Amino acid sequence: MNEKQIKNLTLNFGPQHPAAHGVLRLVLEMDGEVVERADPHIGLLHRGTEKLIENKTYLQAMPYFDRLDYVSPMVQEHAFVLAAEQLLNLNIPERALWIRVLFDEITRILNHALQIGAQGLDLGATTPFLWLFEEREKLMSFYEAVSGARLHAAYYRIGGVHQDIPDQTLEEIFNWSNGFNKIINDIEGLLDENRIFKQRTVDIGVVSKKEALDWGFTGPMLRGSGVVWDIRKHEPYAVYDKVEFDIPIGKNGDCYDRYLIRMEEMKQSLKIIKQVLDKIPKGDVIVDNPRISPPKRNNMKSSMESLISHFKLYTEGVRVPEGSIYKAVEAPKGEFGVFLVSDGSNKPYRCKIRAPGFAHLQGLDFMTKGHQLADLVACIATMDVVFGEIDR
Amino acid sequence: MIDKIKSSKSKTLEEISNAISPFVNKEDYVLEFKKGNYQLFLNKPLFIKIVKAFKENENLKFNQFIDLTAVDYPNKKNRFEMVYIFLSVEFNIRIILKFFINEDDAVESLTNLFPSANWYEREVWDLFGIVFNNHPDLRRLLTDYGFIGHPLRKDFPLSGNVEVKYDLNAKKVVYEPLNLTQSFREFEFESPWKGQNLDSNNE
Repeated sequence: MNEKQIKNLTLNFGPQHPAAHGVLRLVLEMDGEVVERADPHIGLLHRGTEKLIENKTYLQAMPYFDRLDYVSPMVQEHAFVLAAEQLLNLNIPERALWIRVLFDEITRILNHALQIGAQGLDLGATTPFLWLFEEREKLMSFYEAVSGARLHAAYYRIGGVHQDIPDQTLEEIFNWSNGFNKIINDIEGLLDENRIFKQRTVDIGVVSKKEALDWGFTGPMLRGSGVVWDIRKHEPYAVYDKVEFDIPIGKNGDCYDRYLIRMEEMKQSLKIIKQVLDKIPKGDVIVDNPRISPPKRNNMKSSMESLISHFKLYTEGVRVPEGSIYKAVEAPKGEFGVFLVSDGSNKPYRCKIRAPGFAHLQGLDFMTKGHQLADLVACIATMDVVFGEIDR
Repeated sequence: MIDKIKSSKSKTLEEISNAISPFVNKEDYVLEFKKGNYQLFLNKPLFIKIVKAFKENENLKFNQFIDLTAVDYPNKKNRFEMVYIFLSVEFNIRIILKFFINEDDAVESLTNLFPSANWYEREVWDLFGIVFNNHPDLRRLLTDYGFIGHPLRKDFPLSGNVEVKYDLNAKKVVYEPLNLTQSFREFEFESPWKGQNLDSNNE
């Protein structure tokens, strides 16, 4: 009998592949069409954010957080300002907290809209992507209305938010929120019972409860496997304890469950947005403390002290008391945490960023083992990886 | 189910010290509750049994490995502070485990207990140069293939040591020693004046 030597095929996937969601390089070991091993090579977008932050004042460090996960900017700013505020022991004005919740939820919809659209696109559905991107455009105009920038907002500040939100913008958000339900229904009509979409996602990339915990999954990836865990509920920050919303939980832990969860989370975010618009109080949006926040423009025109204070604040910056803290927020992708060490100066001594996508991508190997190459694409899409945050 | 209350602080502190008591002497650790997190400082890096106890203890169940990082203090005798963060989804508590190690010490890898520790340890090796014993695959993670140095150490320059350019003759991107047209300007804005201590909102 002649024995034939069969060798596994090594396949290089990315970093310039449309389904790699950015700069993911995968070295795949293939047995025909079946993935035996997936070894993600990351770091192609490594910019040394943590090192840069160590060399910047707290205010200068803040905009780096927009640039991590660039589809959900403001939530990440939130994690950083929360950590710094806890070290400073600040009491944030009520209105600022409500504005933060409002924009965190807008950001969640922004992120999930991209994820669902991109997942559909990867699996062959073009329409949801186009429809959802139109909505993203509208949401980014709200970003622009408050911060002047569509993506890299740099809107949150230590002690509050930079500018008050005009009533007109609140009204526009309200008008938008009334129309968005219809879009969600349309997308559901396109995807929920779509035969192709279901064939590509049901029972694909199944993650058991134990695996999800072992691999440090958070956010929809963890909830998809049936674990009740949402930082907004369990460790409420800002005013999440004052709004009502539900946490959707999956049953099977497959890509389809996670898709359904993200759809439901968008509806819940919409619910939160409506409550915020209903309940948002009047008042200051940043703490009134010259060591933390800049003086009012009007005062600067006539008061020398205000001018000095403004100058000092934007050159020297805020001095944060010595200590270390870990603060996490429920980013759309999962737990986004900031471990901040201060040595009492005006620059962070160390700032470690805990990105949810980092842990998720690590699980790609066990998720795709034994799947077809085409299913690998579905798995990458369902993880919602964005390389800004993974490579940092 | 969602309204599961955070178990009371003192009770959890007691639980934690009970869980670790077989492995460490009382004088070798400090346990405290600070800013919403439990923190455990260890004198010695003998933590693998403690982590195991944390994970398996029925009243704690720290079964999620959230984060691992290091902090570099070049002037201290033991240079690196290791920081481990664990989460118990069931009881809604977090613990931060900290200890110092020397520059040439190696740390025991946690990959057998938590598969997710794999990449976190690779990252710390890459950025700090801390070696993990019994790690299955300790390659660099975030920096380029063939990178030299450990960027997050405080003695690594912010600008790096090399820069890349496209070499027209070789038709590829090559590394060459860094050549800045203007040296990096570090402005020190911190005021030398020490005014009265103005803490929170009392101005």
